[in-house]
Amino acid sequence: MNKQQLEKKSVEYRKKILKYIVKANAGHTGGSLSCTDILNVLYNHALNVSPQTFTSPDRDRYIQSKGHCVEALFVVLADKGFFPEENLETLCQYKSHYIGHPTRKVKGVEQNTGALGHGLPIAVGNAIAAKLDKRDYKVYTLMGDGELPEGSNWEAALTAAHYKLDNLCAIVDKNTLQITAPTAEVCNTDPLDEKWKAFGWAVKEVDGHDVDALKAAFDSLPFEPGKPNVIIAHTVKGKGVSFMENNLKWHHGVPSKDEYALALSELDNSLQQAAI
Amino acid sequence: MAHIEATDPNGFKPNQEIFSEILQALAAKDRDIIAVTSDSRGSGKLVPFGKKFPEQIVEVGIAEQNLVGVAAGLAAAGKKVFAVSPACFLTARALEQIKNDVAYSDNPVTVVGISAGVSYGALGSTHHSLHDFAALRCINNITVVVPADNFETAQATALAATTNSPVYLRFGKRVMNSLKEVNDDTFAFGKGRVITEGNDAAIIACGETVYPAVQAAKLLAEQGINVTVVSMHTIKPLDTDLLAKLAAACQAIVTVEEHSVYGGLGEACASYLMQHGLHKPFRIVGIPDEYTVTGSQQDIFNHYHITKEGIAEVVKGLL
Repeated sequence: MNKQQLEKKSVEYRKKILKYIVKANAGHTGGSLSCTDILNVLYNHALNVSPQTFTSPDRDRYIQSKGHCVEALFVVLADKGFFPEENLETLCQYKSHYIGHPTRKVKGVEQNTGALGHGLPIAVGNAIAAKLDKRDYKVYTLMGDGELPEGSNWEAALTAAHYKLDNLCAIVDKNTLQITAPTAEVCNTDPLDEKWKAFGWAVKEVDGHDVDALKAAFDSLPFEPGKPNVIIAHTVKGKGVSFMENNLKWHHGVPSKDEYALALSELDNSLQQAAI
Repeated sequence: MAHIEATDPNGFKPNQEIFSEILQALAAKDRDIIAVTSDSRGSGKLVPFGKKFPEQIVEVGIAEQNLVGVAAGLAAAGKKVFAVSPACFLTARALEQIKNDVAYSDNPVTVVGISAGVSYGALGSTHHSLHDFAALRCINNITVVVPADNFETAQATALAATTNSPVYLRFGKRVMNSLKEVNDDTFAFGKGRVITEGNDAAIIACGETVYPAVQAAKLLAEQGINVTVVSMHTIKPLDTDLLAKLAAACQAIVTVEEHSVYGGLGEACASYLMQHGLHKPFRIVGIPDEYTVTGSQQDIFNHYHITKEGIAEVVKGLL
């Protein structure tokens, strides 16, 4: 997909994310909107996976460590044909498989996540297995910047460098806000690039809403032979809806009917502007 | 005081050594067998494994959460993974990884808690695992197995390798005498192993406490009291059929475990018996809820009367 097609997709995804959050009256709105472009470029450009190849041992793996932003993942998986989109009408309902975090009961989900700091160690295990089996698939994991104080991440970061896992790509959705306050105020992890570098990783920083920049980053994997890769994606929490952007309220805020209508009109406008 | 041989005059070995031998035999035939260690290959008796199969051992350093997460990722990619670390750290520090990455995600990892219970008795509570049955029993989708002797250990290790679901195996450091002269039992998870038979009382034990339970039965037999001893090697799922039979046949039931008296084998048995109207005089022998005394494993067993004399006294007290 070219830039325009991907950007159009992102707007469609954002509209659907809001639609199902409103329908469920629950969800992690801000973080789902901040990682939308990353998931878009992963599933529509980078990942070698489809509903038909999902059980293939050679498929690329995507593990969403920031599991709470599952609405973005579900919308993208539905679009890619892993399941009918209408299934999302049951999001968070009694006995629905479409719960507030990724579960393997939903086709396309690799691992059950939700507790933070779990995605990277599992991804490291996956990537070691690929090396042992001499398979050339890649393993991707999406982390929030708010989950980086979890110590298990840094344990896994050491192992990834020790085993020279250049088939592993972590993406940090650095939207700089978490539930309590700005991440820098809760537990400052800056300078983040230096931390990853010190742990032996190859680092790229991109605008996490620039689909071409994301494509270029994924296309250039591995960044350095023998080193695990991390993309620090600078993003905006609530991206695409002006009143949600950079506003803590929307960490798991659900739009009212009027707010939803306003958000949709903003997103539609951005689509029209992009077309011009 | 009761005494269990610390040497192996009959060729018996610590269970974790048997575990390593069986794992090597399995690994030689199957390159998907992987051991994951956290600087624990020495205590896990896996040094020879690492030398023979350097591509089948993954070392993560002293990082138990990562150990279990990495193990889950390896298992998700089709490996038959044994994640080996001292039980005290593995089932406390990495409990969330066991719960989420192994059990909830249904990644078929065998989580192996070594030097369990009070194997590291003199090192203090940091190194005791007296909580692991309780912690793991209430996590869905993990089988909890505590082999008693070398036979059970070999069987359990081989079975875990072919079980396509999460398993917890727990071993200690002590040289374990064989519980039977002829080991022709069919071993299966969830099926208790009857060691001696008698209808006066039943002693249900697990792991390294089965041997003193058998010795207690011998002591009682000399006094005309005939006791069934069961090695209840699987704490979950519990062999409730056997439990019901014992409750019907015997006058009293005593459980024995190297674990807190809270939440382990004893309470699992008590819960089943009480809820099924099988009310028999009943006692739980284990480690009480207090600052655990320190010393060798045998010192601690002696202190809490997890000895042939201590167990026999508890049985007699119920009859």
